[in-house]
Amino acid sequence: MLDASEGYTTEDGRKIGGVVMEMKNITLRFGGVVAIKDISFDIRQGEIRAIIGPNGAGKSSMLNVISGFYNPQEGEVYYQGTLRPPMKPYQVAQQGIARTFQNIALFEGMSVLDNVMTGRIRQMKAGPFAQALWKGKAEREEVENRAVVEKVIDFLEIQAIRKTPVSRLPYGLKKRVELARALASEPSILLLDEPMAGMNVEEKEDMSRFILDVNDEFGTTIALIEHDMGVVMDLSDRVVVMDYGQKIGDGTPDEVRNNQAVIDAYLGVAHD
Amino acid sequence: MAHSPQAVDGLASVPALLHRNATQFGDKPAYREKEFGIWQSWSWSDTAKEVEALALGLLNLGVNEGDFIAIIGRNRPYFYWSMVAAQSVGAVPVPMYQDAAADEMAYVMDHCGARFAIVQDQEQVDKIIEIQDKLTEFEHMIYIDPRGLRKYDHHKLHQFAHVQEQGRAARDEFASDLKARSDKLDYDSTCVMLYTSGTTGRPKGVVLSNRNIIEASRSSSDFDTLGPGEEVLAYLPMAWVGDFIFSIGQAYWCGFCVNCPESPDTMMTDLREIGPTYYFAPPRVFETQLTNVMIRMEDASPFKKWLFDRYMAVARKVGPAILDGKSVSFGDRLSYALGNLFVYGPLKNTLGLSRVRVGYTAGEAIGPEIFEFYRSLGINLKQLYGQTEASVFITVQPDGEVRNDTVGVPAPGVEIKIADNGEVFYRSPGTFEEYYKNPESTASTKDAEGWVATGDAGFFDPDNGHLRIIDRAKDVGKMADGAMFAPKYVENKLKFYPNILEAVVFGNQREECTAFINIDLTAVGNWAERNNIGYASYQELAGHPQVLDAIKVHVEEVNRSLADDPMLAHCQVHRFLVLHKELDADDGEMTRTRKVRRGVISDKFEDLLGALYDGSDEIYTNTEVTYEDGRKGSISATLKIVEAAVVSVAAQQVAAE
Repeated sequence: MLDASEGYTTEDGRKIGGVVMEMKNITLRFGGVVAIKDISFDIRQGEIRAIIGPNGAGKSSMLNVISGFYNPQEGEVYYQGTLRPPMKPYQVAQQGIARTFQNIALFEGMSVLDNVMTGRIRQMKAGPFAQALWKGKAEREEVENRAVVEKVIDFLEIQAIRKTPVSRLPYGLKKRVELARALASEPSILLLDEPMAGMNVEEKEDMSRFILDVNDEFGTTIALIEHDMGVVMDLSDRVVVMDYGQKIGDGTPDEVRNNQAVIDAYLGVAHD
Repeated sequence: MAHSPQAVDGLASVPALLHRNATQFGDKPAYREKEFGIWQSWSWSDTAKEVEALALGLLNLGVNEGDFIAIIGRNRPYFYWSMVAAQSVGAVPVPMYQDAAADEMAYVMDHCGARFAIVQDQEQVDKIIEIQDKLTEFEHMIYIDPRGLRKYDHHKLHQFAHVQEQGRAARDEFASDLKARSDKLDYDSTCVMLYTSGTTGRPKGVVLSNRNIIEASRSSSDFDTLGPGEEVLAYLPMAWVGDFIFSIGQAYWCGFCVNCPESPDTMMTDLREIGPTYYFAPPRVFETQLTNVMIRMEDASPFKKWLFDRYMAVARKVGPAILDGKSVSFGDRLSYALGNLFVYGPLKNTLGLSRVRVGYTAGEAIGPEIFEFYRSLGINLKQLYGQTEASVFITVQPDGEVRNDTVGVPAPGVEIKIADNGEVFYRSPGTFEEYYKNPESTASTKDAEGWVATGDAGFFDPDNGHLRIIDRAKDVGKMADGAMFAPKYVENKLKFYPNILEAVVFGNQREECTAFINIDLTAVGNWAERNNIGYASYQELAGHPQVLDAIKVHVEEVNRSLADDPMLAHCQVHRFLVLHKELDADDGEMTRTRKVRRGVISDKFEDLLGALYDGSDEIYTNTEVTYEDGRKGSISATLKIVEAAVVSVAAQQVAAE
């Protein structure tokens, strides 16, 4: 196993740093249902970390624990070396963790630009009065934020739909806009909940390239949930496998692929 | 040569023109590009500095005089600077189509022996790395967009901005070399080498001198009184001679501003924002715009539709006459003015054509209805006839003498003669020097007196002295009974229908004419949607019985109109089929400028062609297709052969008597 403090270099020459987020013995219950049972794993600086598992395995719940939407009954979350107390999602966002949703959660009536601008909300400090008058600080802030947003728009190649209302976009593009909004907040950790669900092969290829480019260009740490095994194995540095709320595997794509428990969970196993 | 004009005021090269512009119009914008949602601009003096820094950087990398530098990317200021920087160090820029597949690029780069390439991004870098082993002379590559390239081996790979930085740092060492090399450039030195798309055979490298480019730009700018105040949008492929003349030749001669779109997808928005005063587009662009307008009008409210139809009728009636300055009654002028307020003005604004003072279309014949539509809105759209070997201009239409069936009078400085077989020959200061490394082709195209064969057959209209082009001389053939076969003429008639994207007519040495047809997915798709016809793919839509019926109606209309023309009545289309795939440059069926390669098509679809003549009702076929990234696949389909009614020529003659 790897040392927690030191990083390593991947085969393609990317530098992976030390642990930035660590989940220790997390258990999450909804009434009598145990969604997550005593799971521990870590996420390293600059890596692409995937969480996979069959339907109902507890993947989204896990992501919601990371994003602060759920507070687990047991276990601890360490972020950048310190224990994180129970938090509201907006507090977690303020710590630099951004996410996208499994079911797109954009403002349908607003333009792509306005949607992506909402990703900058954390960086807007001017009061409502100054915003309304749009003078001085408010104006300066908007210009700065717009500059960041435009870089993201350029990066994700959505210039042509900048002014288009989100409701008029096809599904694949909406997903990309959601990624843009998350990126606009300049996160240190990006959580992607099934970024490729419902996409065709070409859209998946585009999205994969964007995910790799984000990681490469900005050094963003990425944790993602995905069903498409081909995509997961190609993209991620390390994979956590969950089944019925439990962790059944953790390691590089190759290790996971050859793990008997994982094979059984995915292919099914005959019970005597 | 009969006449070789000399440079005026020492303006013998593009770098010399840049120097003049930087001195004379220093603060005026020379380039704009939309980036990060804002139009960034560079003045002529900024441009001179950018070009100098790059030129010094190229010297630093060891560019020699006479080296070829491949330039591969979409229209961006950086690439225009690259061309001028290459020229100022005595090298020759070779712009190439960025959508070409790797092996097409390999041929061109190997043929010219390019030592350097300046490219857009990772996609192009990867393509060149793939073919690098085959290119013995190739050394360094410079890229503009660093995204995804961080981990590449940078021994022979450089970022554009870094090359410029190194150039600036090495200014003291190389400034005198740079000056010496730029000063050496004269009217005879090579300005650019452009590869022709080649409807037959391999592409040929057309060498154009500074004399060719500057003289062609000078006389054509005078012809249309272009000045430093023009705005153009550069969106056509940089490898095409037209873009070189408009965005470099004329822009540097006049000192006007070249605007580059943000991305290929935002072209229409950018066009609207810039509002060019001088605009150039192939017929295809005008067709697409018109199709979009018509589709949107179909969906408009009844009142708006009524208003549009009512005023477009007025425009059709008097618009072109008003544009040509002919006399029109007061009542008609008043209706037209109202139409301008309600319909034409807003429409032109939406199309981004409000400010167009001079507009050109060339490259292919434009449908008379499409052409008249734009003219009737008050847009001064004209036709010109040209080719790479002529530095574009052979004939142009002067203001006030615009017709849809001719290509105009000889451009200033151009002499034209028609050979006995009908082929058009020309001679001008813009006439190319040679085909690079291909003396046989040079000799067979250009004779000792400088006359160049165009390969097109045409004649001067006796009524107005304008040139009319009938067809490619090579394509004009004879039918089995010896009558003239002019496929292009028939194809153009077919293509004027929005539903038909492409048509290829056969009939050489045969009894009857037949055709392959490609439907236009936008137009037919929209029609299908409105009529509740479901389809999942191009292939399925192309084979739909109702689509075949609609195309049949078009073909029969064309047949009726052909029957009226005694010269071409026998070229009526007896049978046709709608192809199961779009003809595509990636499959070699078309050139990169989208001209059909007749020979390739008839070989590749030999089975289909056979079926058109052996009386079968349908045919099963399997076709290989090439994807954009060079991978291959195949599609198969059963195609219906459709019989079209033809008008009996003999009967018509009897009726006429």
